[in-house]
Amino acid sequence: MPGFPMLEVRGLHARYGAIEALRGVDIDVAQGEIVTLIGANGAGKSTLLMTICGQPRASAGSIRYEGRDIAGLATFEIMRLGIAQSPEGRRVFPRMTVEENLKLGATVADVKHYDADLARVYKLFPRLEERRAQRGGTLSGGEQQMLAIGRALMGRPRLLLLDEPSLGLAPMLVKQIFATIREINAAEGVTIFLVEQNAYHALRLAHRGYVMVNGRITLAGPASDLLANPEVRAAYLEGGH
Amino acid sequence: MEYFLQQAINGLTLGAIYGLIAIGYTMVYGIIGMINFAHGEVFMIGSFLTVIFITVLGSLGIHPTFTIIALVLLLVIPFTGVWGWSIERAAYRPLRGSFRLAPLISAIGMSIFLQNLVQFLQGARNKPIPVVVPGGFTLVESDGFPVQVRWLQIVIVVMTVALMIGLTTLIHRTRFGRAQRACEQDMKMAMLLGIDVNRTISATFVLGAGLAGIAGVMVAYYYNVVNFYDGFLAGLKAFTAAVLGGIGSVPGAMLGGLLLGLIEAMWSAYFSIEYKDFAAFSILVLVLIFRPTGILGRPEIEKV
Ligand SMILES: Nc1ncnc2c1ncn2[C@@H]1O[C@H](COP(=O)(O)OP(=O)(O)O)[C@@H](O)[C@H]1O
Ligand SMILES: [Mg+2]
Repeated sequence: MPGFPMLEVRGLHARYGAIEALRGVDIDVAQGEIVTLIGANGAGKSTLLMTICGQPRASAGSIRYEGRDIAGLATFEIMRLGIAQSPEGRRVFPRMTVEENLKLGATVADVKHYDADLARVYKLFPRLEERRAQRGGTLSGGEQQMLAIGRALMGRPRLLLLDEPSLGLAPMLVKQIFATIREINAAEGVTIFLVEQNAYHALRLAHRGYVMVNGRITLAGPASDLLANPEVRAAYLEGGH
Repeated sequence: MEYFLQQAINGLTLGAIYGLIAIGYTMVYGIIGMINFAHGEVFMIGSFLTVIFITVLGSLGIHPTFTIIALVLLLVIPFTGVWGWSIERAAYRPLRGSFRLAPLISAIGMSIFLQNLVQFLQGARNKPIPVVVPGGFTLVESDGFPVQVRWLQIVIVVMTVALMIGLTTLIHRTRFGRAQRACEQDMKMAMLLGIDVNRTISATFVLGAGLAGIAGVMVAYYYNVVNFYDGFLAGLKAFTAAVLGGIGSVPGAMLGGLLLGLIEAMWSAYFSIEYKDFAAFSILVLVLIFRPTGILGRPEIEKV
């Protein structure tokens, strides 16, 4: 199943002033995989996604993407290499329309693909097409999440980083979003690195998983193994499902 | 009535100029959330370069009006644009992320430096400029009071309207405009979409400086005299206009400029010409106290 290594993170450290949020993280994502990272609130998951994108900079360790060390590059340069992120909090541009948000997502893509890509995003999320002229700030939480993912896809990424796409959404909508993520991976071959607190759904969806505690990876393995692991069940699945 | 109309025409012209300068303040504030305190001097350089280029062009034997207007603009805009770019590189970018007052202090430093440089090179006295756009016409006349419109006033207002249309199109219809608005609304997200934020900020400074340069050219033609000290007062007035219209809003800057120009013209006509600056700065203080978001500004809470 796994193809060639797409993302190799080794001994990664990152800090916010005096706070060390990542303390030596190793992660591998192979081409074509869905890999998930689970962990409690404040573990450092969002920091890892942002550090991959150069915000904040890695204070030690290395990040290789498609064999190339990207840890020293500026954020906009990293994003031009085929990485896109749907970040924590969605960060939809509030005073721009849905379509303008999507157009901004296409900043790094060749304009000749724009019409086809827009049609493809609208096919994945028909709701966005209905709201195309509405301002981002007036969308519901679920619609904003769709827009954040759609906007990331408009950049034609080979590696898609998703930060808690299920946060704050109704269970029906969570199911739909996860089904769409599977489709993006299976039908289009986009590699996916998914950060989630919703461990059950994430591990059901992913091929492999990592568990992060206090800025370190404490467990790693095939998603089905983690799902069966008593430690994981106790810490992240208790009470749910 | 004729007197009022005359003042309205003069106020409109002045307002167009304030508006052109105010846009630079408002766009820079919109994108980095700080006031560019060196912006007034950009306008002043525009005026001084006009004096220099007119002299040079005159000595080359180039005199016809429209050739001069076009050539001077083509020469001044790049110079002021480069100066705007330098302000950002020297005073703002290195200090981004340090305490908020630091870049303001370095910008004021740059503006004092420039004032002194121009004073040193050009002297402290007023510099006269030959009339470039002469003449005008009488709009209406009654009771022996003619309402005069100078051709130059038409040039200034028409050019300002054209620039506003161009700028609005740029902001709303182009790739650069979208990137610029994205940076205004969420700079980190803009980076995550592959937008070169530094370049977008630089371009914003350049754009504002170009418009201030054009205003400098027009003011030099309008008053036929320039002084190294002009940038400070005009800058403060344009800043008032930007705050009045709602700092961060481009249509607001234009509206604030027009209102301020009209208020100033009426104030000097009906109250006292000595205290016309008093009127402008009373407005600044009142707006800051009672409606800091100005006429078209958004409440600050919306900023991400
Ligand atoms: N911008 C920031 N400034 C300072 N500390 C931060 C910032 N973002 C996150 N942190 C801290 O870094 C740690 C990891 O946070 P985060 O990566 O957001 O965790 P997670 O996404 O797993 O919930 C937390 O202790 C958090 O308080
Ligand atoms: Mg998080």
